[in-house]
Amino acid sequence: MDQARARRFSVLFQIGGIVLAFVFVSVILLLVGANPLTTFKLLVEGAVGSASRISNVLVVWMPLLLVTSGLLVTFSTGLWNIGIEGQITLGAILTTGVIRLFLDASFPPVLVIILSIIAGMVGGALWAALAGLLKTYGGVNEIFGGLGLNYIATALNIGLIFGAWSREGIASMSGTDPFPKEFWFPTFESFNLSWPSLVLSILGLIVIFFLLQGTHFGLRLKAVGKGMRSAFRLGIPTKKYMMLSFMVCGLFAGLTGALQVVAVYHRLIPSISSGYGYLGLMIAMLINFRAIWIAPIALFFAALNIGGIQLPIVQKLDSSLTGVLQGSLVLFILIMQGVKQRVLGKAEGE
Amino acid sequence: MSGEMILLGLAGVIEAGAPIVIAAIGETITERAGVTNLSLNGLIILSAMMGFWVSLETNSILLGFLTGMLIGIAVSVLIAFSSITLKQSQVAVGFILAITCEDLAYFLGNPIMGEQAPIMFATPIPFLQDIPILGPLFFQHSVMTYLSIVLIFAAWFWISKTRPGLMLQGIGEKPEAAFVRGANVVKLRYLYTIVGGALVGLAGPLYTLSVKAGWKGTITGLNGIGWIVLAITIFGGWKPFRVAFGAYLFAFLQWLGLVLQSTLTFIPSQVLQVAPFPLMILTLLLVNLGNTEWMERIIATLPDWLRNRVIKLIRALRSQPPGALGTPFERE
Repeated sequence: MDQARARRFSVLFQIGGIVLAFVFVSVILLLVGANPLTTFKLLVEGAVGSASRISNVLVVWMPLLLVTSGLLVTFSTGLWNIGIEGQITLGAILTTGVIRLFLDASFPPVLVIILSIIAGMVGGALWAALAGLLKTYGGVNEIFGGLGLNYIATALNIGLIFGAWSREGIASMSGTDPFPKEFWFPTFESFNLSWPSLVLSILGLIVIFFLLQGTHFGLRLKAVGKGMRSAFRLGIPTKKYMMLSFMVCGLFAGLTGALQVVAVYHRLIPSISSGYGYLGLMIAMLINFRAIWIAPIALFFAALNIGGIQLPIVQKLDSSLTGVLQGSLVLFILIMQGVKQRVLGKAEGE
Repeated sequence: MSGEMILLGLAGVIEAGAPIVIAAIGETITERAGVTNLSLNGLIILSAMMGFWVSLETNSILLGFLTGMLIGIAVSVLIAFSSITLKQSQVAVGFILAITCEDLAYFLGNPIMGEQAPIMFATPIPFLQDIPILGPLFFQHSVMTYLSIVLIFAAWFWISKTRPGLMLQGIGEKPEAAFVRGANVVKLRYLYTIVGGALVGLAGPLYTLSVKAGWKGTITGLNGIGWIVLAITIFGGWKPFRVAFGAYLFAFLQWLGLVLQSTLTFIPSQVLQVAPFPLMILTLLLVNLGNTEWMERIIATLPDWLRNRVIKLIRALRSQPPGALGTPFERE
């Protein structure tokens, strides 16, 4: 089969996967007595219906860009950094900590914000290093190490919100006291979209794209991912590179958490990671780990997230439908990819 | 604390450990065949919600459990098809299903939050229940708790003492060799993935209809159980008795946490709820110590008398996965 035909073939199967996912979600919707067409229309309107909604989509798009970019680094060494949720949380915690520390000091706020973001990145990287150490020196599978660390990070976060950093008067799920305005990231006029966040997120994506495509470091990471033994024989210290990939991903996760604090919530809230880490894992699988596709697919997933906010308001449906749709898209596209390989394999065998 | 209270607490541990035992034995069976079902966290939550829903509508506990099993079967067929037939990554498919099933449960379960479904009562076993100590400990439970205990022995017997069980070990350890000996690796892996998934599917309704009766959406308190079960399977070294020990140990620690919470009120409840997770990491670290290079190096430097003891201890703790776990079977 020539290349052009193979590509068309491939696209056909991907479309098949998307169709299957929408059919599945439609069945689910019919099951609860909702009209699928109305619901999908609502999702679209909820995402692009107004300028402020589009701005909201971009606010979700930025963290997704950052986490997915970071995850491609761990994926290239063949690691499942499921601990990314905790790394985002630790980033947010350290950022909040530093800002609180300098709240009453007479430092210029810009300096404090920059310092707090750096602290957040370090926090994310250290939390990732913990999962990395457990993996490389403790033999603990990174999936379980990471998951455990996620729950611990959540507990730490909630412990702080209800304990040491609780609001004056009564501690609550609404988070810590918001920071004064001078400690907020600047946003575009009358929108909640912050331009330094946008710059940093896009910059992050570009850095990872070139790191994985064109650098010696990226090549070595991939060699480790392709096969530990052969990389080891080539003289690449596999454990060191696994640790490095964890920590690079942790830096990105920490930055994500930091930006959620300084640019979105302006305080620490219980669900500060918002599940973006898991969503990033889904996106990475959906795009088959190719950096070039991060931006559009993350945008699509962000749009679904924002569109989903309308579901409970207008249709009395739980907004977790968004997750079902995102998950089934990834699942069915993955399955169709497998079907394609099987069909092609059979065709070649004959 | 009086002796009677402790006895009551331990009986409660066996009751509360039942869903964990059932799910962990199910996962053990699946993994012994060489397939990892990573979807457990979502699968348990989804089967918990669906079982609760069906019981609510039909007023039948039995139908609730059957629904849970059907959910388990459906999810494990997806896992089997994509990983065995299509040779996609088991981790990828399992993780996607873990997340998606959870969302699906919260979506579908939204309208029935806080409803009252039937609750399964205990069925004490005549005569046996009157034995001092053993009676209250083992023979005054619900049917599902008895099943969980029987299951441990049944799984051990099947895996270690029967011919098909030997085949099961073979397809998980060395599928090529088992194939040469006439095992239909693909068919058997499907079978054990589905059997294991069906058992895991029982654990969900066991929570919502008995152990933690009720469905309260995201605060039902089941999030994380599936991951713990997967860790217990590793801790248990894929051996039914050791897996069951891990499950009861976990249930015991949870009970201890509850007891402590009433005395140590200064610890926020959210913090105690996650206490199992650092423990999970530590135990996994402990059972993997024997597989690390640096441990071998340390052992080599120890004096003779100490070295042998340490090696014995580490061997006893060590847990080694089935040789072909997570890898697709290629017929050459």
